[in-house]
Amino acid sequence: MNFSFSRAWKSDFMWSFRKSPVAIISFFVALLLILSAVFAPLIAPHTPFDPGSLNLMNGFSKPGEPNAFTGESFLLGTDDQGRDVFSTILYGMRISLFVGFSAVTFAMILGVSLGLIAGYAGGWVGTIIMRVADVQLTFPGILVAMLIFGIAKGFTPIHLRDQMAIWVLILAIGLSEWVQFARVVRGATMVEKGKEYVQAAQLSGRKSMAIMLRHILPNVMGPVLVIATISLALAIIAEATLSFLGVGAPPTQPSLGTLIRIGQGFLFSGEWWIILFPSVTLLALALSVNLLGDWLRDVLNPRLR
Amino acid sequence: MLAFSIRRTFQSLIVLLVVGLVAFSMFRFVGDPVDNMLGQERTDADVARLHQILGLDQPFPVQYMKFLQGAAQGNFGVSYRQGRPVGEIISERLPATLELAAVSAFLAIVFGFGLGVFTAIRRDGWAANTIMTLSLLGVSLPTFLIGILLIYLFSVELGWLPSFGRGDTVLLGGWRTGFLTESGLKAIILPSITLGLYQMTLIMRLVRSEMLEVLRQDYIRFARARGLSDRIVNFRHALKNTLIPVITVTGLQLGSIIAFAIITETVFQWPGVGLLFINSIQFVDIPIMAAYLMLISVMFVGINLIVDLLYFSIDPRLNVGKSGVSG
Repeated sequence: MNFSFSRAWKSDFMWSFRKSPVAIISFFVALLLILSAVFAPLIAPHTPFDPGSLNLMNGFSKPGEPNAFTGESFLLGTDDQGRDVFSTILYGMRISLFVGFSAVTFAMILGVSLGLIAGYAGGWVGTIIMRVADVQLTFPGILVAMLIFGIAKGFTPIHLRDQMAIWVLILAIGLSEWVQFARVVRGATMVEKGKEYVQAAQLSGRKSMAIMLRHILPNVMGPVLVIATISLALAIIAEATLSFLGVGAPPTQPSLGTLIRIGQGFLFSGEWWIILFPSVTLLALALSVNLLGDWLRDVLNPRLR
Repeated sequence: MLAFSIRRTFQSLIVLLVVGLVAFSMFRFVGDPVDNMLGQERTDADVARLHQILGLDQPFPVQYMKFLQGAAQGNFGVSYRQGRPVGEIISERLPATLELAAVSAFLAIVFGFGLGVFTAIRRDGWAANTIMTLSLLGVSLPTFLIGILLIYLFSVELGWLPSFGRGDTVLLGGWRTGFLTESGLKAIILPSITLGLYQMTLIMRLVRSEMLEVLRQDYIRFARARGLSDRIVNFRHALKNTLIPVITVTGLQLGSIIAFAIITETVFQWPGVGLLFINSIQFVDIPIMAAYLMLISVMFVGINLIVDLLYFSIDPRLNVGKSGVSG
């Protein structure tokens, strides 16, 4: 593999990227949001979850105006406890993205492995895997995630529930999204299985495991990438929805959804900034990733070439 | 056709049995509900007594049989949190959800079809383009944000519509309806728009793309060449042929309306089964979770089954092909 930057820049892939303003804008919006979440401890002016740094007198500061009591000024205002909204968004986005990326990775590993097995081995194992997938597909993903969250929560001991909530959330969203990966990989694997390079590998005595991972997997990764991007947007929205409903991230580790849930309480009393800014951030994040996924799907779709 | 129906019904029953097993396993293996029901200051005797009352001290097969018997009769035991029979709680709350879902489905189908046909016929008009752009936003906005936005506009800023609850209701032979009072009708507007919007955009985009596909076909060009009016070409020839895939997807979407009602009900504090389910997850109230799971699977599997069977009876081409193969 002789990878060089100029060669990559001239490739079809980069060419269609440079030709698509939507892709460029969504890429940079997503990149900006992700980077600011990753470097939240460096960027955030306050550490919102350190009770020692909070001053209740700062509560309900309006965005950009100095507080009436303390004279401190906050870019996006503060909530009832005097937490800086800008900092809570940065830290909240960290949790949203962490859950989103982990859930998609988990769904991808599970779905791709099961899809490879179902497509390559087939037989009754394949039938069972695909039947389970079909049944799960009958139900909307968010409902499956809620159920798994509820069941897993029941299994966790009471004193660990808040600490484990993030992991339970990842498990629930991951398990609700593996089906798409499995179905696509199974289909692609069945096509690849009949090709000569696989037969050659079989004849030369390679083990099934090696054929699946070294020969077939690289050739089915294109569609997997597309699904992963779209799944990421879905996972971010699913996480926000669950947390908003109060069955996701706990108030001690608020994600964007939890922040919106908290902000809804202040909608009627006129503190609009507590809910507006987390909502806009969530929307920008979900929309940019979604548009990027749409673009990727069009680029990698051989039928549209 | 008959063989297909039987096979399809059999499959649905298996799915329901599997879901039943999941629901029962929840009962049997998920935590100890007594932990939630009794406070910190409990004695071992309290725990044992409650175990006995709830039947948790009996062996696995006995509990399983009792569960199956009960489930078949719509009896899911006693809510751990409210201490009342689950069947009673759910049947109290079901009308609220069904009314909300019915109004949303109605809005989604009427406006989805109307706008879909409109944007397909006037595909390059500015109105159609505006609608399409807005629909993209509708698809990417999470449901709960739409709800909050509507509450902000119509309840907080304009003060026209209530932001939570069902308003006044009337009891009609065991069915508590909100359709007969002014406050009840006002209260259903915002939740039903919130719930129906996503399905509406889906139906609209589907109708539009199917319609565009059909309008491109030769027989449409031929119909125009024959000098038929636009109205007859669009509605008699084109719309009819877009109906089949649209009916399938619309049917399947109706099921998700009931599931997505969970989110809308929470935003608007609508006293339906969805809100009940969310609360039961928060408090790990297993009997309610299990009953809701069974209820919604029966609905989903039933809707899927009906849609599949309808599919065959609507499309004469499929029917001929099928009977040709099987008989």
